[in-house]
Amino acid sequence: MSAYVTLTRRELGTFFFSWTGYIVIAGAVFLMGLGFISILDKLQGEATPMPITEIFLSLCFWLILLFSAPIITMRLFAQEKYSGTFETLMTAPVGDLEVVLAKFTAALVFYMVMWLPLIGCVFILRALTKGGGLADTGTLGSTFLGIFMLGTLYVAIGCFASALTRSQIVAAITSLAIGMGLFLLSFLADQTAADGSWMAAALNCMAMRQQVEDFARGTVDTRCLVYYATASLFFLFLTYRVVESRRWK
Amino acid sequence: MIEVTNLTKRYAGRTAVAGISFSVARGDIVGLLGPNGAGKTTTMRILSCFMPATSGAVRVAGMDVFDHADDVRRRIGYMPENNPLHAEMRVREYLKFRARLKGLGRARSRERVDAVVQQCGLNDVSKRIIGQLSKGYRQRVGLADALVHEPELIILDEPTIGLDPSQIRAVRQMIKDLAQRHTVLLSSHLLPEVEMTCRRVLIMREGKILADDTPENLEKGMGRHGQVIAEIAAAPADLKECWERMPEVQTYNISASGGEYYRCALSVGGGEDLRPQIFALVVERGWKLRELSRRRLSLEDIYIRLTRPESEEESSG
Repeated sequence: MSAYVTLTRRELGTFFFSWTGYIVIAGAVFLMGLGFISILDKLQGEATPMPITEIFLSLCFWLILLFSAPIITMRLFAQEKYSGTFETLMTAPVGDLEVVLAKFTAALVFYMVMWLPLIGCVFILRALTKGGGLADTGTLGSTFLGIFMLGTLYVAIGCFASALTRSQIVAAITSLAIGMGLFLLSFLADQTAADGSWMAAALNCMAMRQQVEDFARGTVDTRCLVYYATASLFFLFLTYRVVESRRWK
Repeated sequence: MIEVTNLTKRYAGRTAVAGISFSVARGDIVGLLGPNGAGKTTTMRILSCFMPATSGAVRVAGMDVFDHADDVRRRIGYMPENNPLHAEMRVREYLKFRARLKGLGRARSRERVDAVVQQCGLNDVSKRIIGQLSKGYRQRVGLADALVHEPELIILDEPTIGLDPSQIRAVRQMIKDLAQRHTVLLSSHLLPEVEMTCRRVLIMREGKILADDTPENLEKGMGRHGQVIAEIAAAPADLKECWERMPEVQTYNISASGGEYYRCALSVGGGEDLRPQIFALVVERGWKLRELSRRRLSLEDIYIRLTRPESEEESSG
């Protein structure tokens, strides 16, 4: 347990030791700023029934998620394998599971820190508009829950991709491809008719684009929570097996 | 401390270690010597629980390295080849991280980090970033990391590779000092290193152990292939006749050596010293003698002889 805490702290520290961490945050803030501007633009036009969190999420959420998660996670295992520190790490008395969970936790915490400026955007909007009915605390909460759940899945995918290779670029491209593929499934769900077949039901469960809109509207569907949790666990399990495979005979 | 029996490691299509057995007693300092690709690193990685053996049993402190990997890892301080470190961390911070990772408590890890910083001479650089240190200092940081949890066994893979001579000397001295409190297994492809630091040498080639003894015994055992050099002023035909008559001389080689002198290189079997006999012979015949010396095979000759690839050995012998 103490090894887990030590490792998580070091991994988290690494994001802030190097430029990558700051560049990723800067890029995310830039995209959030673009979203913010488009919200202001929309609000000046005619009235819209959409909550502002939904406007925001539909615009730049996916861009930030799809690109930041691979960049945050590509380093985790690949760099250690490349530089050889993976050997010193795995010859210390730490379990494979502890290592995987520590790296996952650190990346997820960093990912959430990256989203914090969004709260600032919402508060500025609230302060500037009268009535304050733009985004209540519940909607904001469910929006962040959505950001968190999707982050869990995408960070787990990134961990898996990074554990597979020694090259950070390969890791980033692999996790981008898997993540993009899962995202595109939601368009497939749009195309298939809701005819009650198992295919349509399954695709509906994986339609992340629509689910994110739900989160942004303040709807929390337990089915998607279960989907994100199990999918994340699945990718973490794969990561664990990859790390463990070094000890297979 | 270490017991290895029939250890074999096969990578896809290649056998890195082929059924080696050896044991290392507590408090011993043992050198694994061999050319690159002899299987030294593989052996060490298996000992340090980084990867499993294909077959065979490896026990450290009485525990199997595969079944009790955690207990074994707690007892081993391992410095891999090329000494990988987190370049972005500061020396002290890194050592503290490693100490905590190895299960030391907060107070204990502070105490141990202070101790190893002192021991490895890192006081001046303890606040510097590892990536900016010279290679010699980085090597000390790696050594400090291996020592920080007071392991019973220290495994060092090529500890002095890439250092300049004065740094090599400093690191060797540190390793020698370690031997008083720990069991040390180190690998090297440099002979003088092992000769100077180790009490026992294991010579490996192509995944097999070819020799396992103290440096002195290895020299002695091979000493029977010693050589006597004599420079004598006499007719080559006479010399030839004399050497033919001496039963101890296995082969000889006579070459002109300037003026009336001839240089005779005699290889002698049985480890006997032929010099008194040769001197007596020279006196008896009334020849002039300019040089009479005996050259024992050094550990280096033994090493070269043992680690020469088989094909080369066949063609030369």
